[in-house]
Amino acid sequence: MTATTSPSATPDTPAELADVTRDDASLRRFLHGLPGVDQVGVEQRAAGLGTRSIKKEAKRWAIDTAISMVDLTTLEGADTRGKVRALAAKALRPDPERQDCPRVAAVCVYPDLAQTAVEALAGSAVHVASVATGFPSGRTSRAVKLADTRLAVEAGAHEVDMVIDRGAFLEGRYMGVFEEIRAVKAACGEAHLKVILETGELATYDNVRRASWLALLAGGDFIKTSTGKVSPAATLPVTHVMLQAVRDWFTRTGQLRGVKPAGGIRTTKDAIKYLVAVHEVAGEQWLTPELFRFGASSLLNDLLLQRRTQVDGHYSGPDYVTVD
Amino acid sequence: MGIFDYAPAPESRAIANLKDHYKPFVDGEFVDGSGEPLKTVNPATEEILAEVGTASASDVDTAVRAARRAYDTVWSKMPGAERAKYLFRIARLIQERSRELAVLESLDNGKSIKESRDSDVPTAAAHFFYHAGWADKLGYAGYGPDPKPLGVAGQVIPWNFPLLMLAWKIAPALATGNTVVLKPAETTPLTALVFADICRQAELPPGVVNILPGAGDIGASIVEHPDVDKIAFTGSTEVGKLIQRTVAGTRKKLTLELGGKAANVVFDDAPLDQAVEGIVNGIFFNQGHVCCAGSRLLVQESVAEEVLDKLRHRVSTLRLGDPLDKNTDIGAINSAEQLAKIHGLVESGDAEGAQRWTSPCPVPDRGFFFAPTVFSEVHQSMRIAREEIFGPVLSVLTFRTPEEAVTKANNTPYGLSAGIWTEKGSRILWMANQLRAGVVWANTFNRFDPAAPFGGYQESGFGREGGRTGLEAYLSV
Repeated sequence: MTATTSPSATPDTPAELADVTRDDASLRRFLHGLPGVDQVGVEQRAAGLGTRSIKKEAKRWAIDTAISMVDLTTLEGADTRGKVRALAAKALRPDPERQDCPRVAAVCVYPDLAQTAVEALAGSAVHVASVATGFPSGRTSRAVKLADTRLAVEAGAHEVDMVIDRGAFLEGRYMGVFEEIRAVKAACGEAHLKVILETGELATYDNVRRASWLALLAGGDFIKTSTGKVSPAATLPVTHVMLQAVRDWFTRTGQLRGVKPAGGIRTTKDAIKYLVAVHEVAGEQWLTPELFRFGASSLLNDLLLQRRTQVDGHYSGPDYVTVD
Repeated sequence: MGIFDYAPAPESRAIANLKDHYKPFVDGEFVDGSGEPLKTVNPATEEILAEVGTASASDVDTAVRAARRAYDTVWSKMPGAERAKYLFRIARLIQERSRELAVLESLDNGKSIKESRDSDVPTAAAHFFYHAGWADKLGYAGYGPDPKPLGVAGQVIPWNFPLLMLAWKIAPALATGNTVVLKPAETTPLTALVFADICRQAELPPGVVNILPGAGDIGASIVEHPDVDKIAFTGSTEVGKLIQRTVAGTRKKLTLELGGKAANVVFDDAPLDQAVEGIVNGIFFNQGHVCCAGSRLLVQESVAEEVLDKLRHRVSTLRLGDPLDKNTDIGAINSAEQLAKIHGLVESGDAEGAQRWTSPCPVPDRGFFFAPTVFSEVHQSMRIAREEIFGPVLSVLTFRTPEEAVTKANNTPYGLSAGIWTEKGSRILWMANQLRAGVVWANTFNRFDPAAPFGGYQESGFGREGGRTGLEAYLSV
C-alpha cells in the first residue's frame, strides 16, 4: 500500500480507504455502500451463539479473561475523589483474598477525576480511562470537547472515551463527525481513543455499521457501544455488528482495532456470551484486553462471585466480595 | 480450537430410555414382525444401539387391514372436533417427552442435539398442534362444505428428519380422517416407535396409526398393497420414480417429496454477513442432509471473493463432533453408505477441476463424519453442480446479472427451494416469480412452519405438505 494521498487520512490507512474521506460525497457513498445488516439474521445469530455451553475450565478461563477486560466505571454526578480512590483500590485487588485473581484493565472516570485515579493507580498496570467530549450527550462546542479531552490527557489518562455527535450523524453530516473524531484523536496524543457510538440512539443496525466504519476511518482505537446513560445500551446483536466491522477493517488494512460494549452487562453469563461472540465473530485474536473491554460497574462483582464458586465449588454470597 | 476451548457439554444418553429391542406397531400393539430383525447403529460411534423387529409383506397386509378397520369403524366416522382432541393430545405428549425424543433422535440419526432439541422436535409438535386446529374446520378449507378423507394412507419417510417427517405425514392424514401405515427409514426407526408409544399413551384407537420398520421391500409392499388409497413418499428421486410407475394406472393418490439442488442466490447489495449465515444454515444445517438444502451458492461476481473469504472464516468456526454435545454444530453422517456417496461426489469435484476448501476443524476418529467443505470455481457442467450430494458440501458458482442468476438457478432437474439475498424488495419479488422452486426464501434460509406449504417442481416431486394446501393431498376434492 502506498502512502496516503488525502490530507485527512491517518498515516497508516491504506490509500484506497484514505480516499473515501476525500470529501463529504465520497464518504457518504462509501458508508452507504457498506453491506446492509439484516435485523432478523443478526439477532438470530446472536441468539444462537448465546447457547454455547461454557463450563468448568472453559468457564474459569472465561471469567478470568472477562475480569481482565473490565473497565471499572463510575460515571455519576455524585462521584467524589474518595469514591474514585475506592474504585482504584478495587481495580488493583478485585478479590483481596485471592492473589491469583487478575486485575481489571482500567478505571473509567470523568475528566475532572482522572488525576485522582492516576495518582491512586500510579505504578500499576491498570489504566485510567476518562470519558470526555461533553459526555454523555456531546452537545457542546468543538472547542469545549477538545478542552475536555485535553483536561483528561493532561491529568494523565491513558485512554479517552469520546462520544460522537449523534445529531450530526443522524442528519447525515458524516464529514463533520469524521473530522471531530480526528480532532479528538489528535488531542489525545499518546492516549488511546475509544469512540462511543451510542448505538441506542442510532436506532438501526445499518447505522451502527456505518458509524463503526466512520470511527475506524477517523482513527479510533476502539469502538464502543454506549455511554450507559441511554437505553438500550450494549446488546449482543449490536456488538456482533461492531465485531464484524473491526474484523472487516483488519481484513482490509491489517490493523487491529478494539470493541467495547458498555452499559447493562451485569452478569457473568452475559459476559461469557460476549466472549463467545468475540471468539466466533471477530476471532480469537480479539480475546485480549488490548482489543476487547467491558464497560461495567456491577459486572465485576458477579464475575468475582462466580470465580469463587468455580474455585471453591460452592457459592459464597454477595457479602464475600467488596462493595465500592 | 485455540485459547478458548469450550468444555464438552454432553446431554445424558440415559434420557433416551434406549431399549435393547423395539417392535413394529400394528393395530395398537407392539407385535413381533415376521421380517429379519435389523440393527440400528449410532453413526457417531458406530455402536449398535438396538435391535429392531421388522415387518414382512404379510405384516403389511395385517397392518393395512387394521388401518382399514379403524378407518371404517371409528376414525372416518368421528366428528372432527373429536379427532382434534387426539391430535392435541399427541402434540402435548411430544412436548412432554421432547427431551427423550431429541436425545434418541440424535443417537439414532447422528444429528446435533442442538438441532433435534431446538428444531426437529418442537416443529414436529407444532405440526400436530397446527393440524389439530384444522380437524374440525375442514369445511372451511376451501374444498367444499364437507370434504371426505381418502381412506388408508401408506407413508414412507426418509432418515434425515425421522420424527419431523413422520409428523409432516401423520398429522395431516389424521386431521383429515385418514388412517395410516407408515414405514420409517431403515437406519432411523427408533423415534417412530417411541411415537407409536405416544399414540398408545394418547389412547388413539387401535389401527389408526401403524408403524412398520423395514427396508425398501416393505415400502414397496405398502405402495403395492391394493387396499391402500393414498401414498405419500419423501426420499430419493430414484425411488420416487419407481413408486410413480407402480402407482400409475391405479386409483391411488400420490404425493412425492424428492431430491433437490437448491440455488441460494446472493446479490452484491445483500446484507453480506447475514447472507453468510444463511449460506451456512442453508447447506450445513443437519449435515447437509436436507432435501431443500441450499447446496448451490450463486454469488454475484462483484462480491464473490468477499463472500468466499467471509464464508471460509465462518465455516471454520463450525464445531463438528459428538452429536450429544450441546456445543456441536455439525454431527455425524447418517450411515457409512451415505458417507461413501459424499466422498465419491467430492472426488468428482476434484477431478473436474473445482477448488476444494475443507474446514480445518478436528474430525473424530470413530464414527461417520465429514468436515464442512466448500467448492469454488464450480461450473454448471460439473457433477457437483448438478447432482444432490446430501452432505455438508457446498458448490459455489458465480453470475453477473439477475437474468443469468435466474437462468442458472432454474437450470436443474430439481425445484424444491431457492434463496434470494438482496436489500432490494422489488428484486426479491421479481426473482421469486422467476424461480421454479416450491419454496423461495428471501434473506433467510431453511425456515419451516406448519402453516407454510412445502413441495417441489420437476424431479423434486409434486404435492404440498403443510398449510391449507397440504390438506388437499389427504382429501377427496
